Formats: sequence, structure tokens, C-alpha cells
Amino acid sequence: MQTPTYPAPTYPAPTSPVHLAAELRLPTNWLDYTILAIYFVVVLGIGFAARRSVKTSLDFFLSGRSLPAWVTGLAFIAANLGATEILGMAANSAQYGVYTVHWYWIGAIPAMVFLGLVMMPFYYGSKVRSVPEFLLLRFDRGAHLLSSILFAFAAILIAGVNLYALAIVVEALLGWPQWVSIVVAGFFVLGYITLGGLSSAIYNEVLQFFVILAALIPLSVLGLKKVGGWDGLTDSLTSSHGADFTTAWGGTGIGSDNPLGANWLTIVLGLGFVLSFGYWTTNFAEVQRALSAKNLSAAQRTPLIAAFPKIFIVFLVMIPGLVAAVLVPKIGTSGSDLQYNDAIPYLMEDLLPNGVLGIAVTGLLAAFMAGMAANISSFNTVFTTDIWQKYVKRDEEDTYYVRFGRLITAVGVMASIGTAFLASSFSNIMSYLQTLFSFFNVPMFVVFIIGMFWKRASMKSGFWGLLAGTTAAMINYFVLYKQDIIGIPSDQGANFVSAIAGFVAGAVVMFAVSLFTAPKPAAELQGLVYGTTSPGMEEPPAKGDDAWYRKPALLGWGAIILAAACYIPFSF
Amino acid sequence: MSEHSGYSDRDLQREVTELQGKSATAARLFDIRRIIGGLFVVYGIIVTIAGITESDADIAKAQDVNINLWTGLGMLALGLFFLAWLWLRPVAPPTPDLDQDAERPAE
Repeated sequence: MQTPTYPAPTYPAPTSPVHLAAELRLPTNWLDYTILAIYFVVVLGIGFAARRSVKTSLDFFLSGRSLPAWVTGLAFIAANLGATEILGMAANSAQYGVYTVHWYWIGAIPAMVFLGLVMMPFYYGSKVRSVPEFLLLRFDRGAHLLSSILFAFAAILIAGVNLYALAIVVEALLGWPQWVSIVVAGFFVLGYITLGGLSSAIYNEVLQFFVILAALIPLSVLGLKKVGGWDGLTDSLTSSHGADFTTAWGGTGIGSDNPLGANWLTIVLGLGFVLSFGYWTTNFAEVQRALSAKNLSAAQRTPLIAAFPKIFIVFLVMIPGLVAAVLVPKIGTSGSDLQYNDAIPYLMEDLLPNGVLGIAVTGLLAAFMAGMAANISSFNTVFTTDIWQKYVKRDEEDTYYVRFGRLITAVGVMASIGTAFLASSFSNIMSYLQTLFSFFNVPMFVVFIIGMFWKRASMKSGFWGLLAGTTAAMINYFVLYKQDIIGIPSDQGANFVSAIAGFVAGAVVMFAVSLFTAPKPAAELQGLVYGTTSPGMEEPPAKGDDAWYRKPALLGWGAIILAAACYIPFSF
Repeated sequence: MSEHSGYSDRDLQREVTELQGKSATAARLFDIRRIIGGLFVVYGIIVTIAGITESDADIAKAQDVNINLWTGLGMLALGLFFLAWLWLRPVAPPTPDLDQDAERPAE
């Protein structure tokens, strides 16, 4: 899944985020289309092949909890590395320069490590099948139903936006009419998810990851060559955008002006802590990948394994953005036809010959579809096991729920096609949706984190905390920011502040409510609160899992140290 | 058992453990390495051939780097790596295991 969900990288606010300039039509030919067609065939083939393995609802929704760590780890990172993330981060780099690294090194790695080391034992050990199901066990049905509904709603909206973004890009690059791409891609995803469930989605994500690498590496290499290597790049950027553009922290003192509209404090707390923890620890489309792992060690290692490519992928999206800023000096401003989002498409058109161009187009399309698929697969799980199975039709045979899961997948895809067409009527839906989604992730995270560490958090506090946090973040954005009651220089800055507001409000309300309502009996908190373990969780470590390179603590701390080290060249 | 949620963690543990017992994924899901390996070998061959037959004009456009050739060879190497990994370390068939003892005595 991509991340339009993810720490609100702003698709640069001024313009409609995904309308690409007309002259970006790619010179594709039969070779490129052959490469694309082969990919489509393989994807569908994976769907058919995965179908054989689906017998129970656990198979369909969670791959039977049996996948190896390297697969779930790569799926974890691929689910995040969708096309909107790729295009959007390149756009971010073209606009904000090297600040983009914050979204990766501080805005992802600590949270991913936290998920793996601290939260996974609870998620995996409790055997919950979804994030809302955890809230059911920890709090009560109110919290469960509210979070399930919010999540299902958001998942469909995001899947639809992905589909719409795909249609726009395809129209600009290949000339297909929008409705054709929407319908074709929609039915395609419908096909392989309905057939093979989560296994299909995950396998395709892993495949997509490598195709994306095969696309971005040549692009970055050629881009760098064109602007004279890294030194040539930084020199050109410094002379056109000032020295801060190629640093990570330059210009981020509190009160100083920078294009991001944020200072080091809001970056560290707002992005680094609240927004990023909120996303990585509770976003079900990600967590689901870890939950499908074959044992606790594999589940813990999933986000940790994913952290390492995450550290380095930033270069593959940042370099094209920076190169575009050099090659098209007035990109994103009125002096040029091109928007920031056009950075990667522009480079594709400018640098890649047929062959690699086909790989790049395939990678981009694959990433969009995988983004949509990840949202659909998490939607169908939450809708079936959390809403339908608990509140509408309980106590049916397991096969009923597998059939229902397939049905609701079709419904979900149709709804996404609908929201995709709906999205086409908004001019700035992308950044808007990002903001909306960050409203949802942060309160969920507060409720989780307090519930997980504070035994006394009462049963009702989950529901009220969630409601309060969501409302506070929305009020901050819509009322305080949009009506200019407090002065925040940019959408991005506003998102960071909304995140902090949502966090604080949710926490305060949870404390208050817990003082007046009944806590959950300690016997039922086993495995849900820090300091306890799940009954039935004492599985002996699997053979080979005590190898040094499989130790979660080593992987986790290794990733953090590496990310911190990466900052050094960009900080002085 | 609590009457509050009507669905406790014990219910969940039991339900999921049962499903894991009946689950087919571990036994029947094919190995993705075969697919990744196969796809990238195919892509590698196609793109390498494109690189070998590349016109000079195209190479000049790509900053004088025969990028098709390099990318093609890279993909071929990746594909072969996956196939080799699969060959050297095939997945062992799963044991008909199961933690029957994870079943708690009835409350």
C-alpha cells in the first residue's frame, strides 16, 4: 500500500497534485508493452495459484499465519512503497530538497523498530486478526466498532484515490482514457485478491518491490550522470535554492523560515513521533503483513527487516526529485508547465530508452495497483471479521466467511471505483486525504499506546479517547488552521500540529474517563498490556531462529543506529 | 468470563488456533522465489537483448550509458540469485504439527 496515508507528505499544496503536464507522454513501444503484459499475466497467475492454498478464513485474510519473515518483511516495505509515495516523495524532494530524508530516517525507522520490538509480541501473541480486534479485547465493543468503521471507510477512500491517481498518470503517460484505466485496474485487482486473498496481495507486493528497484535505480543513476554526479547536483541546487536545500536540518531553528513550514521540534515530535508512530504501529494494511508471519520471531522481524531497505530507498526517490529540480529550474512554480509531481515522469521521458522504460512503466503501474490491493485486502479483513462476523452474522461456518470475504472484496472494489470517480471532482484530494487519514491514525495510536502501557485505562476510555483525538485533530485543521486562527505556514506544518493536538486530546480524555469508569479485570488483560504475556504463547523458538542475525533486538537497534548515522553527511 | 465484551481473548485464541490447524496455506502455497526468479530471468533476457541491439542515438540519450544492457544483466543476476536460493534451500514440507496443548481446558 502506498502511503498516501503515511506521514502526510504533502503533495505540494498549491496545485492539483496529480495532474501531469500534457507533454509528458512517454515514447512507449511494443517492447515496453510486452514487458507490461508479461507482468499482468504473472500477477493473475499468482492469484490463481494462491487460490489452491485458501481453505479457511485465516488463509484468506491472514495467509494462515504461515509466511516466512523475508516475504512479510518485503511485503511490509512494498505495501508502503506505493506509487503515490514514489511520485510524492520525489515531488517533496523537488520542492523541499533534502528535508525529505526526515520522512524516512526519523519519520519511519524509530516507529518501525518500536512496532517490531515492543508491539509485535502483543499483536501476534494475542492472535488478533486485525488492529480493531485488538481494541475489542483491550477495551470494549464501542471502541471496536468505532475503529472498524473509521478504518473501513478510510480504506475505501484511499483505495479509490490510488485508483484515480493511477488513471491520471496512465492518461498522461500512455494516453489511455481515465475511465479505462480505472475499470481495468479495478477489475484486475478484484481478480487476484478475490482468488488468493492476502497471499496473492503479499506475493504481488514482493514482486512489485523488485520491479520498482529495477525501475528507480537506472533512473537515479542516469539522472545523477546528467547533472554531473552528486557534487554537480549539490552545487547546482545550492546556487539555485540556497545552501539549506541540500541539508537535512539547515533552516529548521524554531522561528526561522523554511519552505517546509516546520522546525526541528515539530519535525521530531510531530513527524518523528506522533504521525509516524501513529501510522506504522496501527495502520492495519501494514500490521496485517506482520500478522501473517509464521511465528512470533518472524512477526517481530518483519518491520525490522523492512527498516533496512527503508533507510536506503529514500535515495532512490529523492535523487530523481533533486535532479528534476536542477533540470527544470522553475518546476512547480508559474515559470514552468511542470508540477512537482511531474518529477519522476519527466525523468522517465527524458532519460529512459525503450526496455528500461517498459520496466519503469510496469513498476509504476504495479505500485499503484499494489497500493489499492493492500487497502482492499485490509478492508475486506476488517469488514468481514470485525464488523460482519461480530455484529451482523455471528456463528456461521468458517466457509461462509471466506465466501463473504470474496463478496465484500468485490463490493469494496466497486466502491473504490466509485470513490475514484468521485475523487476526480476534487482538485486537491490527495493532500486533503492525507490529512484526513492522519486524523485517524493518531488517535488510534494514542488509544493503543495508553491501553498497552496503563492497566488502569478503563474499558470505556478507548471509545472516548478515539473520538476525542479524532475530533481534536479535525478541529485543529479545519477550524484553527483553515480559518487562520493560529498561524501555521503550510499544510504540512498544520498536519504536524494536528497530530500533536489529536494525541494530547485523546490522552487527556482517556485519563479523565478512566478515573470515572471501570477498568478491565486483570485476568482479561493477559497478553494485552505491557508486562503480561498471552496464555498459550509459550512457543519454543523455531529451529534456527536464535541465529544472531535473527535476533530482533540486534536488527532493531542496528536499524536505528544506521539511520542516525545516515544523517551525518547531511547535517554539517 | 466477562460479560462485557462477550468475546474474550480465550475465545479468540481458541478460534484462531483451530483455524491454524485447518489452514492450508503453509502446506500449499507455492514458493514465491520461483516466480521472482523466473520473471526476472525473462525480463533480464528481454532487456539485455534490447541493450545489445540498442541504437547509438538511444545510448546517447541515456547519457552514453547502455542502460538497457546494464539493467538487463542486473535483472538476470537477480533472477538467477532467487532460483539458486530456491534450489539450495528449498522449503521443508511443514510438519503436521500443532500445539494441541494450546487448547485450554474448558472454563
